Amino acid sequence: MKTALERLYNGIIKENPTLVLMLGMCPTLAVTTSAMNGLSMGLSTCFVLMLSNLIISLLRKFIPDSVRMPAYIVVIASFVTIVELLMQAYVRSLYASLGLYIPLIVVNCIIMGRAESYASKNPPVASFFDGLGMGLGFTLALTIIGAIRELLGAGTLFGFNIMPDSYEPVSIMIMAPGAFFVLAVLTALQNKLGAPSATNKKSSESCAGNCAGCGAACAFRTEAKEGGDGK
Amino acid sequence: MSAITTLVVGIISAALVNNVVLSRFLGLCPFLGVSRKTSTAVGMGGAVIAVITVSSCITYFINVYILGETYAYLRTIVFILIIAGLVQCVEIIMKKTMPALYKSLGVYLPLITTNCSVLGVAIDSAQNSYNFAETMIYSVGTAIGFLIAIVIMSGIRERIEDNDVPEAFQGMPIVLVTAGLMAIAFVGFSGTM
Repeated sequence: MKTALERLYNGIIKENPTLVLMLGMCPTLAVTTSAMNGLSMGLSTCFVLMLSNLIISLLRKFIPDSVRMPAYIVVIASFVTIVELLMQAYVRSLYASLGLYIPLIVVNCIIMGRAESYASKNPPVASFFDGLGMGLGFTLALTIIGAIRELLGAGTLFGFNIMPDSYEPVSIMIMAPGAFFVLAVLTALQNKLGAPSATNKKSSESCAGNCAGCGAACAFRTEAKEGGDGK
Repeated sequence: MSAITTLVVGIISAALVNNVVLSRFLGLCPFLGVSRKTSTAVGMGGAVIAVITVSSCITYFINVYILGETYAYLRTIVFILIIAGLVQCVEIIMKKTMPALYKSLGVYLPLITTNCSVLGVAIDSAQNSYNFAETMIYSVGTAIGFLIAIVIMSGIRERIEDNDVPEAFQGMPIVLVTAGLMAIAFVGFSGTM
């Protein structure tokens, strides 16, 4: 029980995948045009992350080391396909607005990163809660970014009118540039307040390092860390 | 003549109007991660052009002749495995036959598997059921768009190094602000402001 709570805290606050580790930037910026989109993208990723962590952890003694990357990719891609089919069947409007970014959950660095660094070494229950924590942390970050953009760009929150009628929506916030600005201000605030973040440490091991490591790993290499010198 | 017009319009629309990084948010990790120096940015852009072209060619034929409509739900799994395998093959072949090119591009190749623009282009063309010519124009245009964006970004970042950035904005925040300003410029190409 203690491990479970510790994993949840670690994923949501201490090592928040988006705000602290700066992983999985593509969906973070692309789908957060509204709080609802951010929330549903976060929950889909959370579902995939939980179950793929669980399965990979259960199989960790059976998968030979040399083919572990393709094996992980197949597990992750299967769960992504399940999510895709479920969304297509039951929530078509949501599926239409998230579109291409649902199949692209496969290449989200967070999922491969957790499989490689946690689930392949730890028992199933802890891995499951690790996935849940990371997934909720991701969901939280996406919902916050989505809420800010929706509030400024459309004057609404989860579709409800919040701002007074005299408020003129800043439509640039729900367009592509707005995503960059909101994230820039959020990370600058983190730096200002001295909160832990990828950019805070002087030797910034941000997205560059992590993606490099995970990209290298994905390409079926055993010396996974070597790709880190890409930056 | 009209074929050439289609080609030019297609490439411009994929490269500039719907820029892969700045308006569709694909391939952001290498865009933010490997754009510190112009030379590495050009290397990464070149590697992406090569891999996107070859992978979308292969996935097109697999999708049309093997998967078809019946097994359309297997696209995600099959495409990502093809791309991962292909990147590995390209690396091995390049190492054997073109050592000079491998030396300059080699380190970027493994990173490309997780570059979502590669998988994104493959899935997008399959979902829109483009024919072979359209697929190739779309994927080459997208890759050129990636090259343009990452090279401009690295040029700006080299300049930023010499500037006095406010303390809170040092590192990632100023890069994101830069990307946002570039995105505004690229919105201009679509003329919807």
